[in-house]
Amino acid sequence: MPVLRWIRRNLVVIAGLLTLAYMIVPNIVVMVFSFNKPNGRFNYAWQRFSLDAWKDPCGVADLCGSLSLSLQIAFWATLGATALGTMIAFALVRYRFRARGAINSLIFLPMAMPEVVMAASLLTLFLNMGAQLGFWTVLIAHIMFCLSFVVTAVKARVMSMDPRLEEAARDLYAGPVQTFVRVTLPIAAPGIAAGALLAFALSFDDFIITNFNAGSTVTFPMFVWGSAQRGTPVQINVIGTAMFIMAISVVLVGQVIAARRKNNARP
Amino acid sequence: MSLTEAPPAPPAEPREPVLRKPSARKRLVPYWLLLPGILWLVVFFALPLVYQASTSVQTGSLEQGFEVTWHFQTYVDALREYYPQFIRSLLYAGTATILCLLLGYPLAYLIAFKAGRWRNLVLVLVIAPFFTSFLIRTLAWKTILADGGAVVDVLNTLHVLDVTSWLGWTESNRVLATPMAVVCGLTYNFLPFMILPLYTSLERIDGRLHEAAGDLYATPATTFRKVTFPLSMPGVVSGTLLTFIPASGDYVNAELLGSTDTKMVGSVIQSQFLRVLDYPTAAALSFILMAIVLLAVTFYIRRSGTEDLV
Repeated sequence: MPVLRWIRRNLVVIAGLLTLAYMIVPNIVVMVFSFNKPNGRFNYAWQRFSLDAWKDPCGVADLCGSLSLSLQIAFWATLGATALGTMIAFALVRYRFRARGAINSLIFLPMAMPEVVMAASLLTLFLNMGAQLGFWTVLIAHIMFCLSFVVTAVKARVMSMDPRLEEAARDLYAGPVQTFVRVTLPIAAPGIAAGALLAFALSFDDFIITNFNAGSTVTFPMFVWGSAQRGTPVQINVIGTAMFIMAISVVLVGQVIAARRKNNARP
Repeated sequence: MSLTEAPPAPPAEPREPVLRKPSARKRLVPYWLLLPGILWLVVFFALPLVYQASTSVQTGSLEQGFEVTWHFQTYVDALREYYPQFIRSLLYAGTATILCLLLGYPLAYLIAFKAGRWRNLVLVLVIAPFFTSFLIRTLAWKTILADGGAVVDVLNTLHVLDVTSWLGWTESNRVLATPMAVVCGLTYNFLPFMILPLYTSLERIDGRLHEAAGDLYATPATTFRKVTFPLSMPGVVSGTLLTFIPASGDYVNAELLGSTDTKMVGSVIQSQFLRVLDYPTAAALSFILMAIVLLAVTFYIRRSGTEDLV
């Protein structure tokens, strides 16, 4: 049987593509159901095609407010975590000092702990301090859990950097600031960008830690969570689809630019 | 850790005493770089754990206030009352992790060795779902697994549901609100965390090793068993950890896709903290969860013999 033989030879490819399908199917469902006109509150069964939700994505009370709040928090959390994380990464890779091991484990632990545990313990701290739960407590929490991921991403890049490039810059009479801005930073930039992107995605999408520490503040994931009980508006699918398409386009454009740069550099 | 790759420190030249002062100041540079970030982690990560430890041995009520009484009975009571949720969490997270490994390995292998010029596109497709809020995607599973939907119909026609119902994973004629739906959601949610480390470690493997194995008359299966898989171990280990740890504390999948019979320990912690306001029990529960996870992780890392992984 040639078909069976073909299947056997390409088993890995078939299995891999099936997994890929498993990963993409929910996104397709989200996309398809953004064109649905549901009958009743729940958008789980297909009724009929409609562009209503796309014409009026902010038509649901509080939805775009929560979206903009999430974007703001993600922006500031990314800024904070990237700045602090980059500094830590440089210190860990470029300097030998005491307590390096302890600091490495302190960085690793937040990634090795179930989110509920971190969320709950942060809440006990805030309760004990009598802090007002809201924007600031969420921001503090987000910077905290994004930090480790930024450090890991930047560290990987800084480790592979050739320190001789900086020495060369110094030999050419560049001052420390000049060396950093003109040489070190551009080389480390891809790692910092990767860390920042990761922080943004993690912060924007976080539900568990936010749910514990937000008080009555509603971020976008919390809005989605709440709507799951009350009935999900189609607009949520519109925003999910838009995010998916935007992400894919950004990455593809980045790929194209990178490929072109590579081609230009070759001759 | 690439301690060995680090550049050797330039030899100190203490010829001119004037130069000594700036070098002493330079020695403080790493500490200044570390200070803000580490302070943040100490205050908002480590200190809260201490607070939580103290909360877990307090007694009292919200009205009268809580007091540290070293009441360890809370731990015993919490464990006695909620051990089904603990067992369920570990069981579901473990199953999801194994499924992630089984599903993720072929895809990681495909990207690393077979995708050719499609590699970047496939990688984008693996990462892109991250950008649609995971809650929205999890809700989509409600549609996919809906009672009387296409998936349930197919599984029914193939008599798969008869078998899984007999095993207690599903109820006859429905998948939603059963353990299978929760595990399916967990697997789906954490697959990228398995695939990416697997891919990174597979990509590092020198293709010539495969050729060499072939030259030595190894069949593809033997090559995989003796060469590829052992060399991908770092990816397997970090992928398993990145899947198992968050999955064991997750409650989103259990709440959205499951029923009251599939509640995981995360749900209990959440409702004790945010609804029942029984802080000592909630703190004790989350400490027990943390302890179990850390123990399991330590044991696993020891067993797999890759301690310098992280």
